[in-house]
Amino acid sequence: MELRIDQKTVERCRAMASAIVEPVSHFIAAHSTVAVERSVLRLLGVDGVGPDEIPVPNMIVDALAPDERARGAALAFGKALAETGLDPRALGDAVAAGTHRLADYAHVPDEAARGAMRPYVDAALARIRERRAEREERLQRIPQLPPPLLYVIVASGNIYEDRTAAAAAVEAGAQIIAVIRSTGQSLLDFVPYGPTTEGFGGTYATQANFAIMREALDEASERAGRYVMLTNYASGLCMPEIASMAALERLDMLLNDSMYGILFRDINMKRTFIDQHFSRMLNAYAGIIINTGEDNYLTTADAVEQAPAVLASQFINEEFAHRAGMPDRQIGLGDAYEINPDLEDGFLYQVAQAQLTRQIFPNAPLKYMPPTKHMTGDIFKGHLMDAMFNLTSVMTNQTIHLVGMLTEAIHTPFLGDRTLSIENARYIMNTARHFGDEIAYKPGGAIERRAQSVLADADALLHKVADMGLMNAIEAAVFADVSRAPDGGRGFDGVFARAATYWNPFEEALRVEGGCK
Amino acid sequence: MSQVIKPYGDTMNDGKVQLSFTLPIEWSEAADEAARQLVTKMGFTDVQVVEGRRIAANFAFFVIYASTPQSIDFATIKAPSAKTHSMSMEEIDAYVQEHLGRKVRVAGACIGTDAHTVGIDAILNMKGYKGDYGLERYQSFEAFNLGSQIAVEDFVRFAKEREIDALLASQVVTQKGSDIKNFTALVELLEAEGLRDRVVLICGGPRVTNLMASELGYDAGFGRGTLPSEVASFVATTLAARLAAAR
Repeated sequence: MELRIDQKTVERCRAMASAIVEPVSHFIAAHSTVAVERSVLRLLGVDGVGPDEIPVPNMIVDALAPDERARGAALAFGKALAETGLDPRALGDAVAAGTHRLADYAHVPDEAARGAMRPYVDAALARIRERRAEREERLQRIPQLPPPLLYVIVASGNIYEDRTAAAAAVEAGAQIIAVIRSTGQSLLDFVPYGPTTEGFGGTYATQANFAIMREALDEASERAGRYVMLTNYASGLCMPEIASMAALERLDMLLNDSMYGILFRDINMKRTFIDQHFSRMLNAYAGIIINTGEDNYLTTADAVEQAPAVLASQFINEEFAHRAGMPDRQIGLGDAYEINPDLEDGFLYQVAQAQLTRQIFPNAPLKYMPPTKHMTGDIFKGHLMDAMFNLTSVMTNQTIHLVGMLTEAIHTPFLGDRTLSIENARYIMNTARHFGDEIAYKPGGAIERRAQSVLADADALLHKVADMGLMNAIEAAVFADVSRAPDGGRGFDGVFARAATYWNPFEEALRVEGGCK
Repeated sequence: MSQVIKPYGDTMNDGKVQLSFTLPIEWSEAADEAARQLVTKMGFTDVQVVEGRRIAANFAFFVIYASTPQSIDFATIKAPSAKTHSMSMEEIDAYVQEHLGRKVRVAGACIGTDAHTVGIDAILNMKGYKGDYGLERYQSFEAFNLGSQIAVEDFVRFAKEREIDALLASQVVTQKGSDIKNFTALVELLEAEGLRDRVVLICGGPRVTNLMASELGYDAGFGRGTLPSEVASFVATTLAARLAAAR
């Protein structure tokens, strides 16, 4: 069942998105950030924390003089590697302990630094390829159930409790487990270290926590006879670092939006654009599916009015992702079921939007988010709203299905809440499995007209953004009614111009191997 | 006049309640019986386990109907609402003009690490909530929405620098008491800075009640379903009353 939409308009939207992203890409190519440099060090194997729990990658990058930093952390670090003969982890520890200073090796020729780095860079890339191959082998041997893939969140704050909750959710039918981060982690300019047992509204994203949950889900996958995916959240001040940790620990998905941090966390836009690019290059190489955050437009502003902005943002996210070398099958564009339940025919609008997105991005694993904004303490009504959402998802062939919780807006779900909600989704998706194949949209009917008008409005919006420039458009509050200044927001002091001799060995390798622009 | 009441199922004073919960055991008939006895120990009578089943390894889920012997005298309940003097936007604008003769300066934020702005946006943003315009739309208000994840220190500094009349602190996340901690931290800092009595201090969020707010030292608390005009009415009448008392 297809809606009749104007393909020429769709093509024009894509061309506009490209025109919008083009100048931003030039900016990205000329700059780097402290988070990008820290993720280079993490990929090499630098890890651990120094005094005061400061991560070693932060200590190293923060100690670089501005002119050294402008050439990239890899050169300064590689010089010390070449001269000391230490491995990256040991050198990192030595710098953290204060026994070595990178500045003391400035005399080492660049070529020696590159040579000393080469085996570690190759090893890191091999490790990522290995993890990717592991995923592919498992998906072959124990395939997932057909989409919509049921995605649930665990968020106790304690990674070991999360493991219990995840195993129970898998048994109930969950196919993707997301460990939501502690509130506020997106604003930390470092990644916490080690296994954690305390957090607010979620569990810290740390490499140790990634490994603990991966192991638990691998066991659960074998028991269930189907591969269970692991998700975490990259958007924030540490996007590339989280991407590198996720690549090393075989996460399968990452929340990674090109504009979410800017709009909803007041993170500096330049910082975000640079960080999302390198993090997506890593995601592309690691075979990680990104999830974009368009659902947030719908929760913070009116869902009916924001529909064109969601579509416009999807085109922009797609373009940014393509430029980082991501194939469509890794671009999980976001949408949500957030229209006010009191609105007559609101369901028709939801179907229109979901089907429109499906048709415009046929190969993208679309991420469909459940009602949250209009969920109240009335769990009975909430369960019904979730059922309507589940029906929309299965009839329009969404891919990544965030299971709505009847206790949304009350607490982080209890184990029983999660099971009831998964059962709701499984019931609806089973009873209506092929419903979408059996019905046709009335030509010229309300659903089709709504979809056409959203597309036309997105086209107009993209023109406007292209005329203004993306950064100016964000400042003018074109997206989600939120205004952000190009040099405002968090993390701007971590953005710097690249010197002519800047070197990022991973970017260099991925540009060749990953096929990104 | 006392007014003794009990939960109502289909007959006055039948005391019927519904419960559901999970026990960390594998389901069996013995698990059903354990659930029944547990609910009996809670003080309920006529306990019926209408649903009991396995939901995961070592977890069973139950739905239960039961009667409570307890009752409450409604006449003894005290939970004053802050929504008593509700006026429309136009009435509030006129009221502020008449009683204060200047614009009221209001600042709102999700304090601490909370990133959920849905509540504060509903009250402050021009668009408002359920057809009731937000405070940004009022002629008589100058509203500042600081957004999410605002440190208590920054919120207080803003209040001081901009000479804010009313502070609206919002908390949606309540996990592990983070909302209470943040609300308390704000009151304490305002008191330490000597600003507490210079502002109308309001908290809001889906779990907030006016009673809880007054216990925490706030002037008012607004919970789920609150309309912007209800908050604006409270701010306007409270400021007017303070001004009158000072004269």
